[in-house]
Formats: sequence, structure tokens, C-alpha cells
Amino acid sequence: MIQIKDLHKSYKMGKNSLHVLKGINFNVEEGELVAIMGSSGSGKSTLLNILGMLDSSDSGEYILDNVPIKDLNETKAARYRNKFLGFVFQSFNLINYKSAAENVALPLYYQKVPRKERQEKALKYLEQVGLKEWAGHLPSELSGGQKQRVAIARALAAEPKVLLADEPTGALDSKTSYEVMDLIQKINDAGNTILIVTHEPDIADMCKRIVHLKDGVIIEDKKIEQVRAEQYV
Amino acid sequence: MWILDRDLWSEIFATLGKNLFRTFLTMLGVIIAMIILVLLLGGANGMSNGFQKIFAGTASNSLFVWSQSTSEPYKGFERGRRIQFKLEDATILKEQIPEIEVLAPRIELGSHRGVVTVYRNGLTSGSAVYGDYPNIDEIMKKKLVEGRFLNENDMTESKKVCVIGEETYKLLFEKGEKAIGEDVRINGVFFNIVGIYKPNQNINIDGENSVYIPFSTFQKAFGSGDRMGWMAISVKSDAKVPVVESQIKRLLKNKYDINPIDERAIGSFDMSEVFNNVKAFTGVLQGVSFFVGILTLLAGVIAISNILLITVKERTKEIGIRRALGATPKVVKRQIVLESIVITVFAGFVGFAIAVGFLAIANNLIGDNSDMPFYNLMISIPQFLVSFILMVGLSVLIGLIPANRAIRIKPIDALREE
Repeated sequence: MIQIKDLHKSYKMGKNSLHVLKGINFNVEEGELVAIMGSSGSGKSTLLNILGMLDSSDSGEYILDNVPIKDLNETKAARYRNKFLGFVFQSFNLINYKSAAENVALPLYYQKVPRKERQEKALKYLEQVGLKEWAGHLPSELSGGQKQRVAIARALAAEPKVLLADEPTGALDSKTSYEVMDLIQKINDAGNTILIVTHEPDIADMCKRIVHLKDGVIIEDKKIEQVRAEQYV
Repeated sequence: MWILDRDLWSEIFATLGKNLFRTFLTMLGVIIAMIILVLLLGGANGMSNGFQKIFAGTASNSLFVWSQSTSEPYKGFERGRRIQFKLEDATILKEQIPEIEVLAPRIELGSHRGVVTVYRNGLTSGSAVYGDYPNIDEIMKKKLVEGRFLNENDMTESKKVCVIGEETYKLLFEKGEKAIGEDVRINGVFFNIVGIYKPNQNINIDGENSVYIPFSTFQKAFGSGDRMGWMAISVKSDAKVPVVESQIKRLLKNKYDINPIDERAIGSFDMSEVFNNVKAFTGVLQGVSFFVGILTLLAGVIAISNILLITVKERTKEIGIRRALGATPKVVKRQIVLESIVITVFAGFVGFAIAVGFLAIANNLIGDNSDMPFYNLMISIPQFLVSFILMVGLSVLIGLIPANRAIRIKPIDALREE
């Protein structure tokens, strides 16, 4: 699903250049649930941004679902993001004046899905995350866990190839975190490919594979026995 | 067609409605600008209409020619010789100057602007008495309150009929008394009243208190022979009054042995000059109104752009989210430009409606009051369309500023966690 070869990225900070990613190589198969771990400054967020086409690499190859991702302009990047990727953010990033259902339907709007179908799909995915009754509520009327579940529904609504989650439990208490992870695991069980950036070991243990980054290189890449979140819920 | 996209519009109205008070404040500038523009234009148009109404009935391409005394000696004549036009002059002028459309000779009783006593049942009025051709009505339309004006039949039969002014009527009749069919006496001759006219208060060449009788009747009743006092002349629409004026003067000077350089022997008054001055004045006024109005509008639209810039800054995160979810720069840009257009157009319509309301009230208050040079204050359809197109054009141009700012926002920067 994802092939990355010798990915480099550096940021210019005035006269100095900060080499953040120093040759990343890794592949993700369909249906994997990968945790990308590392301390802050390890380059894990940069890697996720490049994977999410929110940022571009300096050199290296990135192939997503057999499509080489290169020479992106803003319009092309927006199309690819819309078609291939679903995002889940630490701070949920819901649009605060839109109801839960409207938030979920937003990526479908940019896919030019007809209105009626959009509403139906939004409700379907809200139901999947267990928030169908909350469809008409504004984000401000939802708890943190509920907001993140709406965000996950939104990420799923576009039916992306890969779900990218940047610290999805970072703003949640541990009980809610496990609920969200339980949901993510179930989505993964259904066959979706998911990448999670996290620095919490218990969250990483709930994935199927952990990729450990340090100072811009992968120092460890191992498959693990998944801890099910259900038991903590 | 994206313009019919219901979702696009609901997106736009959702963002505008999110902060109604600010949206309203933003619109206020354009509302006021539009009110100023429409009121200025309406006022200028009203003035133009007002003047047109005042001049209604007076041919704009007309002149008046009368005789005076010479101021230069010529061909053995001394200066100070009184020139007396003859009726044949009218025929000669009409024959020799094809640009003349209508020529109405006139003679008056007594000296120029003289006053004659008109009697009726012991009441008297000091009036100007004119012998006129009926075609004078084609140059200076008389607004008749009652009855009719002199006609060809009166002329050919030299009928002893007259048309009197409202002022004359007031002096000779009791209030509400019937005047048509009654007789008045002038210099011992009785004339039957056939019409009463209301003088135009703004252009008044004949005076308030006047009596008109047929030229032919005048000749017989007062023995004026072939004398003629002055002429009202209108020229054809493709001719210029000053050109015809000098032609007429040259011809008359030649006929009456007047020194060609004598400026005073023949008096004349060019009506078209007055019209052109007024036209130029109202034209300039309209131009200035439009200019000021459009500049005000520009200021209003810039205010909208400013607020949208602030809004874009506030919405950085939201725009970032939209971009991450697949909104292309084009979509973002279009939305912000459309927001600008929607606010501007809506505000423009509100301002327009308010201003038109004001104009309607003003029209109602002024009504037919002919003392004020204002009538039917309204803006014309082309003026409305031009201001409207300008307004939309400006809002697009100015909406592009915040829109371009918005698409410079990179989703990664917008979404960076603090």
C-alpha cells in the first residue's frame, strides 16, 4: 500500500539546515495497523506530514497504492488527499459551526458526492462510531472522545486507502483513549490500513507493528502481538 | 454549474451567518455608500427633470428678435434712429433663411413692455396687450386653465377674442366668477374672452398680467398697419440658434440700413443658450454625483475586503482543515470571493432599497410644486446597472485579496499543534 524509499527532508532555519529525515525506508501492506513512535524531534510528525501530502520530501520515493506521489502542486495534493487519505488529528480539528453530520460529510462534498448520498453516508459512518443520535449536535456539545470519534467518522467517510492519525489520543484521558483505540482496532479489523503517530507505549502496543524513529532514522521496526483495547473499556 | 450548487451557497451563508453582527457591520459601509450614491444621483436627476419641467412648452431651440435704436451712424443716418420692423420682414426672413421652423410676429400695445388699462364692469387691470399669431403657441406653450388659445380662424376672420392671464382674471373678476364668454374693453374695443392661461413662473417672457389678441384683429382695432414689434423664432432641430441669429440680424441690418457693426439696433435673446447652460450644469452635477458615489462605494467595498482579511486570519485553522480534507485552492478562493460578492451585493440592494425609499418620500413631499427645480428624483436604469456592475466588479477584485491570502495558507501550518 505504501512504499517509501530513501526519504530525506531538511528544514532551513535561517542559515542552518535541520536534517529531519535522513533516509527513511519502509513499506506498509494493506490492512496493517502501524504505530510510528519516537520522542519529539525524532521526525515522526514530519514523516506523517509527508505521507499525508501536507508536506513534500526533498528526495526519495513515495508510492501510495501504486501511484507515485511526486511533483505535487496544491491542487493535485488536495485531490490525492481527498481520494487516498483520511486524517485524524490530536485536536480533532472539527469545524465548530458545523454539526457532527456536516463535519463528516465535508470530505464527500469535496469529492462532489451528491447531497443526499452525502447525508446518508455521514449518518452511516456516525452510526459506525456509535454517534448516530448526535448527528445534529455541534462539536462544542460533544465530549473529547465523542469529538475524536466524529473525526474518525469523517476520516472514514471519504473511504480512503490509508487512515493517518496524528496523536489521536493525545488530548484524551486514558479511558477515552482506549475507547478510541478500540474503535480504531475495529476499523482495522474491517481491513483498513491505519498509521498512528504516538509517543505513548500503551497506545503503540495496541497496534500490530511499531516503527521506532530516532533522529531521523528508523532504529527499530517490529511486528508485535496486538493488545486489544476492548478489555480496558 | 457551480453557481447553482446549493452546497456552495449554504457554505457561504453558514460562514457569513456565523458572525452576523460582524457581517452586518461590514455591510454598513456599502449600505451607506449605496445610499449616498443613489441619493446623489437621484438628486441630480431630479434637478435635471425639474429644469426640464420648468422649460416644458418652451422650444429650446428658439430665439427672440426685437428692434431698438441705432447706436452707430450709417449711410447718412444719424445714431439714435428708432428701427421699426414691418410685417413683411417675417415673410422675407422665412423665405431667405430655410433653417427657420416657426416665426411668430408679435406687436404690443403702447411702448415695449408698456401697460394698457383693461376694463370690465368697473374693474381695471394694467396689462400688457399683445397681437399674436396662433403659432406663438408652438414656441412658448401656454398652459391654459380654461378655454382655448387663439387659432387660425380667429386670425383669418380677425375675431375680437382674447386670451387673458390668470393675474388679469383675478383683477377683473370675482373669485370663482365665470370669465369665458365675457367681454373686456381695451382702448374702447370689446374683446370676448376665450381662454385663461397660467403663466410659467420660472420662464416668463410675456409678464404675469397679459392679454393676447389675434394679430389681424390688433391691426384693425388699433390701426397698427404693417408694423411689427418683435418675433419669436424657432429653428429646425439640425440648425444652430446662434448661426440663424446672426443670419437674421445681417439680413435685417441690410434692409434697415443699419451699420453692420451696430450691436444695439436689433436686440435678440437666444433661448438655447439658457438651455445649454442648464444642461451642462445638470450634466456636470450628475457626473460629480456619480464620481463621489463610486468613490464612496469603493471605500465601502475596501472595508469588506479588510474584514474578510481578518476573517481569513481567524479562519486559518478551518481553511487548513478544509484543505487537508481535499479542498483545492480554487474551491477556497471561490468561496471567499463569493463571500465578498454576496456581502457587497446584498448590502448594495439594502442600500438601494433604502435610498429609493428616501427618494420616493422626497418625491411625495415635492410633488408638483413648480417653485422647486426638483421633479421626479429617481435613478435611471442604466445608472443603476452601471453602479451595480461596478459594485460587483469591485467586490470581485477586492475579494481576491483575502482569497489569495487564504490560499497561501498551507494546511500543514494551519494544523500545526500549538
